[in-house]
Amino acid sequence: MLVYILLGAVLLILLWLLVTYNSLVVLRNRVREAWSQIDVQLKRRSSLIPNLIETVKGYVKHEKGVLVEVTKARTALMGAKNPHEAAAADNVLTGALKSLFAVAESYPQLKASENFKKLQDELSDTETKVAASRQFYNTNVLDLNNSLETIPSAWVGQAFSFKKEEFFKTTEKEKADIEVKF
Amino acid sequence: MATVNTAWDHVSSNIFKTWVIMFFFSIFTVGVIYVIAQGFGYGEVGGLGLVGFALIMAGLMNFVSYYWSDKIVLGISRAKQIKHDENQELYHLVENLCIAAGLPVPRIYIIEDSATNAFATGRNPKNSAIALTSGILQKLNKQELEGVIAHELSHVGNRDTLVMATVSVLVGTIALASDFFLRSMWFGGRDRNSKGSAIFVVLALIAAILAPIIATLIQLAVSRRREFLADASGALLTRYPQGLAQALQKISSDREPLEVANRGTAHLYIVNPLKGKNAAGWLVGLFNTHPPVEARIKALNEMVGLVR
Repeated sequence: MLVYILLGAVLLILLWLLVTYNSLVVLRNRVREAWSQIDVQLKRRSSLIPNLIETVKGYVKHEKGVLVEVTKARTALMGAKNPHEAAAADNVLTGALKSLFAVAESYPQLKASENFKKLQDELSDTETKVAASRQFYNTNVLDLNNSLETIPSAWVGQAFSFKKEEFFKTTEKEKADIEVKF
Repeated sequence: MATVNTAWDHVSSNIFKTWVIMFFFSIFTVGVIYVIAQGFGYGEVGGLGLVGFALIMAGLMNFVSYYWSDKIVLGISRAKQIKHDENQELYHLVENLCIAAGLPVPRIYIIEDSATNAFATGRNPKNSAIALTSGILQKLNKQELEGVIAHELSHVGNRDTLVMATVSVLVGTIALASDFFLRSMWFGGRDRNSKGSAIFVVLALIAAILAPIIATLIQLAVSRRREFLADASGALLTRYPQGLAQALQKISSDREPLEVANRGTAHLYIVNPLKGKNAAGWLVGLFNTHPPVEARIKALNEMVGLVR
């Protein structure tokens, strides 16, 4: 009798181990998938840039340097090897675009161009999408980290050396931009 | 008393309360079924057989309305689907919130009506749809609209169509079984009940009369819980609970009734579209599909720290 009870207990523990391990794997994969979603939005953003440059080139006479900055930032973004590099490059691109749009302010014809308006709208929409995919990423990181820090799943996490992920934090500069907006 | 503060706390407390309600509802259902089956007195198998029949019937009926929930409701509400190019701004608003929620983009419908309301439907996120009246698009600003859409997407993400369908099956089973029993008392002779002991017949009679009402009240309690939950999950999406709070204020103070809504679809909308007297008081409250707007706004304000 005692043997069966012990056997049952061991079986239950094994089952719990299995379920917990699998759920940790699922959480980790979700975090990875969420990263790739950020990447999708960043790609989308960089694919809009050549069109923008092409449109602006015809109008802007003096401040060509701004265009160079944007192109450089885009190249850096395209060549980013890992998510952290991509995040940094994206921040640079955001800054470069900001100064480009500031320059555009002094060219009424450019501002009136339908194509330019459309690109501006699309770029700002993509920016929101990047932010949204970051938010989703952070939600998933929170789920994973919660599991890895709360008992008893934390024990399983330690046993199989799962690692906590880092939240996607915006840079200080971006934070300042947001503060201005509100 | 624990202080409920952030949207996270509201989400977990509402999920927990849903489980508590469902737990007691299950026990209640089993109890009612047991009493009625005994009251039938066909012996174990016969009575349970009839209750089983009630379960299967309720299951089938609800499966139809669950599986084709989107088609049925959207058809009744005369909603027209819109594509990306027809209303880019709205489409992007929905799409961006979906990215943040990790949901596929639902089909988007517009109901041509100047009333302000919205609902979500569909058996799972892949088959989900959200509908907005043209009135709500005109009268709400972007942040308020974002709040409303986040609330609807949260219904989708929280699988509320499934939750409510499950509850409906239990309510339907109790209602049908009670109905069978009352009919059998009416038409059936004594001989049929000969095997059921007298005490169980009396108990079953009481259960058959009271249980359907109690079950409906529980169903409404679950519905209100899910509204609170969708408000809180929506607040987590937009991180701006005030948007939804302002929208609820606007929608509820807009007295215009929605023509296409009826008693069958009223529970789906973000605010009850049948704008009856908004009489307060707990007795009336028990029969509402939605919590009072004031309570929802108070909960949302609590998330921002405006209320303690």
